[in-house]
Amino acid sequence: MRSTGDVTDSGPETKGRSIAYKLADKQQEISVAEFFEKNKQILGFDSRSKSLLMGIKEAVDNSLDACEEAEIAPDISVRIERLDDDDYRITVDDNGPGIVHSAIKNVYGRLLYGSRFHALRQSRGQQGIGISATVMYGYLTTGKPAHVISKVSGEDEVAWEMDIVIDTKTNRPLVTNERAFTWERDHGTSIEFTIKGRYMTGKQSVFEYLKNTAIVNPHAAITFHDPDGKKWTFEKATEIIPPKPREIKPHPEGMEIGDLIKFAHGSKQKNVKSFLKEDFSRVTGRIADDILELSKIDPRAPPQDLTRDQCAAMIEAIGKVKIMAPQTDCLSPIGDTLIKKGLMHVMEGLRPDYYATPVTRPPKTANGNPFVVEAGIVYGGDIPSEGQVNILRFANRVPLLYQQGACAITKAISEMDWRRYGLEQRGGKGIPYGPAIILVHVASTKVPFTSEGKEAIASYPEILSEVSAALRLCARNLKSHLNKLERRSKTHAKFEIVQEILPDLAKKSADYLGRPLPSLERTITKIMNVVWIEPSVEKIGKNNRRYIYKIYNYTNNVRSFGLHAQVPKESVNLALFMNPAFVDLNDEGKAYWEVRDLQPSSSAVISFELSGEMADTFSQEDVYVSGINPAIVMGAEPLPGDWGIKGMEITEEEEILSEDDTLEEEEEELEEEEFEKEADLND
Amino acid sequence: MTEKQDYTIESLNGIVESLYDQMDNGNVPAMNISLRSKRNIEFDPKSSVWKYGDQKSVRTAKTVKGALMLLRTVYTADFIKGMLNANKSSTLREMYYISEGWNNAKFHSQDESNILAEDLEVITGCMREEFKLRPEEDGARIYGDLTLTELTRKGEKKKINCIEDVGDSGYGIPYNVGPEKIEFKDCNAKFVMAIETGGMFDRLVENGFPEKYDALLVHLKGQPTRSTRRFIKRVNEELRLPVTVFTDGDPWSFRIFASVAYGAIKTAHISDYLATPSAQFIGITPSDILNYDLPTDNLSEKDVGALNAELSDPRFKDEFWENEIQAMLGMKKKAEQQALAKYGLDFVTDTYLPEKLTDMGIL
Repeated sequence: MRSTGDVTDSGPETKGRSIAYKLADKQQEISVAEFFEKNKQILGFDSRSKSLLMGIKEAVDNSLDACEEAEIAPDISVRIERLDDDDYRITVDDNGPGIVHSAIKNVYGRLLYGSRFHALRQSRGQQGIGISATVMYGYLTTGKPAHVISKVSGEDEVAWEMDIVIDTKTNRPLVTNERAFTWERDHGTSIEFTIKGRYMTGKQSVFEYLKNTAIVNPHAAITFHDPDGKKWTFEKATEIIPPKPREIKPHPEGMEIGDLIKFAHGSKQKNVKSFLKEDFSRVTGRIADDILELSKIDPRAPPQDLTRDQCAAMIEAIGKVKIMAPQTDCLSPIGDTLIKKGLMHVMEGLRPDYYATPVTRPPKTANGNPFVVEAGIVYGGDIPSEGQVNILRFANRVPLLYQQGACAITKAISEMDWRRYGLEQRGGKGIPYGPAIILVHVASTKVPFTSEGKEAIASYPEILSEVSAALRLCARNLKSHLNKLERRSKTHAKFEIVQEILPDLAKKSADYLGRPLPSLERTITKIMNVVWIEPSVEKIGKNNRRYIYKIYNYTNNVRSFGLHAQVPKESVNLALFMNPAFVDLNDEGKAYWEVRDLQPSSSAVISFELSGEMADTFSQEDVYVSGINPAIVMGAEPLPGDWGIKGMEITEEEEILSEDDTLEEEEEELEEEEFEKEADLND
Repeated sequence: MTEKQDYTIESLNGIVESLYDQMDNGNVPAMNISLRSKRNIEFDPKSSVWKYGDQKSVRTAKTVKGALMLLRTVYTADFIKGMLNANKSSTLREMYYISEGWNNAKFHSQDESNILAEDLEVITGCMREEFKLRPEEDGARIYGDLTLTELTRKGEKKKINCIEDVGDSGYGIPYNVGPEKIEFKDCNAKFVMAIETGGMFDRLVENGFPEKYDALLVHLKGQPTRSTRRFIKRVNEELRLPVTVFTDGDPWSFRIFASVAYGAIKTAHISDYLATPSAQFIGITPSDILNYDLPTDNLSEKDVGALNAELSDPRFKDEFWENEIQAMLGMKKKAEQQALAKYGLDFVTDTYLPEKLTDMGIL
């Protein structure tokens, strides 16, 4: 994480924290460069193509984090130029808050600079080793320095640019060509580095990474210039900037031995008791006493002097003492509406049939860290229907492109029986098949990864169960959509009968017999025997849509029932309230209409208008009925049990469907006798 | 117009009237029709053939498929009535093409139009010929010492001896083999042998089998057409010739025999006219495969499926067939008729057939 000018002691604080301390442990014996060379894999630089992606990922994640912290809508540009063979020049430009002059060289020129440990927050920068590692890797592989320009906002501020390399023996920045100049931008940062890599397309490509980044960061505008001179633009899908992530102190239950030693030794507290009380969250004086008593540590001892054994005892004690779960209000999930917006924005080209309403779960705790799981499913359209579904995994709004098989998200997906929800799955296990894209986002102050490469989320039971819960909700929506499709095709069939075939049959029979045309109304009502709700949408002007529901009573009885829809509340206008059937609109945007005494063979209209940015998040098929047997309604679902209806006056009427309607026609069937030799039996 | 034609038109009118009245009364038009599946065929002890039972299926306008079939029924009835009035006839294929002009009622495959023609037979009890519909192809060919007359299209009765007056390929049976078309005059043949493949038919002719054993050979051409089966039935009934069937040894050939002897499932409404209950199966039986050590092929998955389907087919519910079918499932092998050539070209006529026919009491 880059500092934002006013926070002087901040640097890439949370980035690669545990690596940081492993690194620091070894710094005495070996040079940083040597360490780097030996540990390329765990740092994510294990192949040429991955190295290129990692470099860009570090820079873009930094830019997004910095913008978020400064509450700026990010506008990021990524450029890749092929220099020769494997050498690529990468430029990442942002409109972020910039970095104060004195901090620039350390942010880019010092591994693990300024790592601090007293606060946790949901940030992208937890993943990977940091931008300075990229600078070092670039220098080690090409011998070329990184070039940085940065400017912070302010009338007296100027921009600074410099070339930076890292002295691999001392882990100190070496700066050349430093100068101040006037930049046309008010604030922002540009980093340019050269790196050995391989540019690829496909599933684990820079393009895929940026595209997926755009989905979960709908507030960001991202431009990508690929090495072949093509320009790709992901415009922002919303003006809503996610709230600045809040910092919390670490929770004792998330502590590992190494963490605790470093944390204690770096503490500014005078004694162990206040170290526990002040530097951790959810630790009261009494809890601190309990922990210290159990671990037999003198509360007055300075935390800086704690031994390894004492720390181990303390961790054991923490496990025994009951401590309140960490606070969860520090997380900022993307939110169901914005996930849908992001998906719609980026997936437009695939023209999906359906976006299952995304789900954001309430925060939970795993291993002392709060986390939130969000999920969404996109279905149909041009999404390839052969092969496994496409899984998009995210941790703190960062796409995870590697190690899909090892990830808790994949595990949770594989353990669900998707056949129940209308997707194919062999034996009810494994990744399902079909035209679907499944998105899962895990946000946490500390996402637990399986390894230092930070590509796969560890399978904590709490996380697995939350991912499953979120997916099941989404899948239920998907299933109800698929059911709807099936019902609609049945409805179409009925319309074909009453509008086309039956009139033909009546006319041809009358002609044949020389009799008058029979009246078909009663027959048609008998065939349909439904209340038919037909939605349509009209665009009025640029941003305004009118939703019209025409309701036909194709049954023999008078009908009264309720109609429900959840609309984006900020998008409605007076038209909603003016409809005579309108009854109520609640705080959640749940609207309620009453259709009263609709006569057989007559119709009624309910309409309203939506405008503004959120208008298109409402889908016209998402309407529900109450107070009527849903089996005789076509075009709307029964109201879900958890809808929470206010002021329902109509009570469900019992209705016995005539046998006629429930009995499916027994189709005459011919024998399977007719393959091959019997095929010509007909003549 | 003949009485028969009047009856045909009356029957068709009845179908349309019923549909019209149902609509006029505000009901959903529907039509009952005998279920045409192996679940609904029953043995008729009087005629010793298999016919449709009492199970009905309902065709209603509640489904698109049902509604379309009703619409097509009316169009087809109208078309047939037109032909009867104009004294014309058409092939089934022509009717399929004529439906191009029927808009929604258009047939999407010839299968659909063929099935509808059969449905009308089942409902009205009339025969396809009475609807002025005829098949594309003629029946099979025959070879043997039978003399008959055929009423040609020119209106003359042509006298034909099915050895003397024909070439090597025999006499071709017309699609209509009713008594008004074909009369039997003289017959020296002692039995009928219906043969599945053309190769075996020619082998027997070349070896002089019909002359030597007084056999009347009928080439079935795979599944026999209605006219072939009707012809065999007439020879059996009117000339009192025993009928034998000689086919490949595979599950599909068993069905060929069943359609000759018991009646086919699709045409069970006219089994009376078509089936020859006394027909006997010569082979190739699974036992022949063992006894004669014939060259074989492995059963395919489809073959096994067909055999299993036959086990649940009421027509094969007797000891002989159950044993043979189980035997074939057990050995997982099948053999062609022409596999007999393993022992030379004359083996079939000098050894196999005389042995089998003697066992059966024909020779």
